[in-house]
Amino acid sequence: METLRFEFSALTPAKGVRKTALVGVVASGNLEVLLEREGAPDRCTIEINTSAHGFRPLWEAVMADFTSRRTAGGLRISINDGGARPDTVSLRLAQGVRLIEEPQA
Amino acid sequence: MKQWDLRGKARQARIADGMAHAAGKIVAADKLVAFLEAVILSGDRVCLEGDNQKQADLLARALAQVDPAKIHDLHMIQSGVVLPEHLDLFDKGVARRLDFSYSGPQSARIARMLFGGKIELGAIHTYLELFARYFIDLTPQVALIAAVSADRDGNLYTGPNTEDTPTVVEATSFGNGLVIAQVGEIVDRVPRVDIPGDRVHFVVDAGKPFYVEPLFTRDPAAITETQILTAMLAIKGLYQPYGVRRLNHGIGFNTAAIELLLPTYAERLGLKGKICTHWALNPHPTLIPAIEAGWVEQIHCFGSEVGMDDYLRARSDIFFTGSDGSLRSNRAFSQTAGLYACDLFIGSTLEIDLKGHSSTITPDRIAGFGGAPNMGSDARGRRHPSAPWLQAGQEADPDTPAPLRRGRKLVVQIGETFGEANAPLFVEKLSALELAEKLSLPLAPIMVYADDTTHIITEEGIANLLLCRDKDEHEQAIRGVAGFTEVGRQRDKKMVERLRERKVIQRPEDLGIDPLDANRSLLAARSIKDLMLASGGLYRPPSRFRNW
Repeated sequence: METLRFEFSALTPAKGVRKTALVGVVASGNLEVLLEREGAPDRCTIEINTSAHGFRPLWEAVMADFTSRRTAGGLRISINDGGARPDTVSLRLAQGVRLIEEPQA
Repeated sequence: MKQWDLRGKARQARIADGMAHAAGKIVAADKLVAFLEAVILSGDRVCLEGDNQKQADLLARALAQVDPAKIHDLHMIQSGVVLPEHLDLFDKGVARRLDFSYSGPQSARIARMLFGGKIELGAIHTYLELFARYFIDLTPQVALIAAVSADRDGNLYTGPNTEDTPTVVEATSFGNGLVIAQVGEIVDRVPRVDIPGDRVHFVVDAGKPFYVEPLFTRDPAAITETQILTAMLAIKGLYQPYGVRRLNHGIGFNTAAIELLLPTYAERLGLKGKICTHWALNPHPTLIPAIEAGWVEQIHCFGSEVGMDDYLRARSDIFFTGSDGSLRSNRAFSQTAGLYACDLFIGSTLEIDLKGHSSTITPDRIAGFGGAPNMGSDARGRRHPSAPWLQAGQEADPDTPAPLRRGRKLVVQIGETFGEANAPLFVEKLSALELAEKLSLPLAPIMVYADDTTHIITEEGIANLLLCRDKDEHEQAIRGVAGFTEVGRQRDKKMVERLRERKVIQRPEDLGIDPLDANRSLLAARSIKDLMLASGGLYRPPSRFRNW
């Protein structure tokens, strides 16, 4: 396992009031994303536990794109990765920030 | 005196030689090898019916057993190189030269044999192109074809998988060639006459149906959420704004996802009756829910699909059927329909380069082409207008006065930015170019050319290449939907943002697509079993897809 940590400035704070949101599953080629409302509204911190080694630059690029495109401010995001492709990671993150906007189920 | 009927006389001589091994037109299966050695001559052009789906498997096995000392240097001209025997012919020295279209399951072996010099390659053709050459410079001397049944006069019933047979027989039989058919059974009266008996010279009873490859079955259980996202982009960002009613779908999970979103997502958008009503399409099982929900008015098929025959028979308002009630397919006509009468082709590929050329060739696989190149090309002979065609033409060329402006076929490549084994969809240089260099081919086998490609859809968004005004814009529009591939990461971010402002690139969020909708619950069927249930039990999935 490799653990990666990133902190980005985020253009837009997360919407809604919900404290946490969980999307995806830990499975081969998939990932689980936990979003928690925590920290400054213009920052986003991300911790990734991944089974695939040596992809730090790619993760950094995916996360930079995410925090610049989506409403990711004031979030602490924890990822358990099962070797997901970048397109799956981007989709899960987009789903996560959408879900945390929603009223608690 | 010059004689003008030598070719006809040569055929008569072959028929006489064959008669020694036959009873009337009927050849016994155990005499087939000796029969073929009697009627085929070294150097013949032979069409061994290898279609996209059905295979003259008994005839292929027999031809692979002939003595190469007696028969050699055959020139095989067939659309599909699918069975191992199709290539055994070259290993054994029976055949030397090959002209073909599609090689699906043999793609790795055909690559090894081409690199090893075992096969002399004519060309890799599109279907209509190979069919056309059957009538000009590649007319077969012998055609070995497959049908469901025959009567003793040689009338053939091809059943739902008619496919290439009428085209092959037309060229061969009227071109002084010999037609030999394998059939599943000999009957007193065929259910319908697909091929008249006077075009068929010999018939062999295989005692069982010909082999058919279930090429067009995609298990909804394997569709990913990213593929659902690309399908939503296609429906909302392309089918809706252009009002695409007449179309063809290639095979692949992205297009299967589109089919399964019609009764759910597209229904919610109010698009029923406004898109996807008329099709040139193989009978994809994944279209069953949309058909059942009343989305589809008519479908013409290239071939059939394993397990779909009863369903097609029971939906004769939608499908073309014969006097016996079963499907009548025809690859040449359906390809022509897809080329001239459809406004959109959408399919998947393995590689797209920076110009927008796409190819399914990889360093160790030569898969050839399916229907994509004909349907995925702008028909320069088209003259009838339609709203999507005119709109696409206007986007490409806003300055020409409308009455003198050609429309454009919408030709769309859809896929995820990374494919199987994390292979990037976007590349700097196509493997097809490397292949052409390695084999000294004058042409790289490009599946869909850049100047025919109008849109590229990935999970990152839609690139509308019609709206690009120069080479730089075109390249950046492609990079702008190439995700985190090397090609995508080397984009000019500022230029991509400008293209986005002009709607050359549209992101899911630009189209109001909610990522939470990219969920498997949006599929109208989530398994093969769901498809079977949606068909009221008429669709009978082949055993390999029955996992319940």
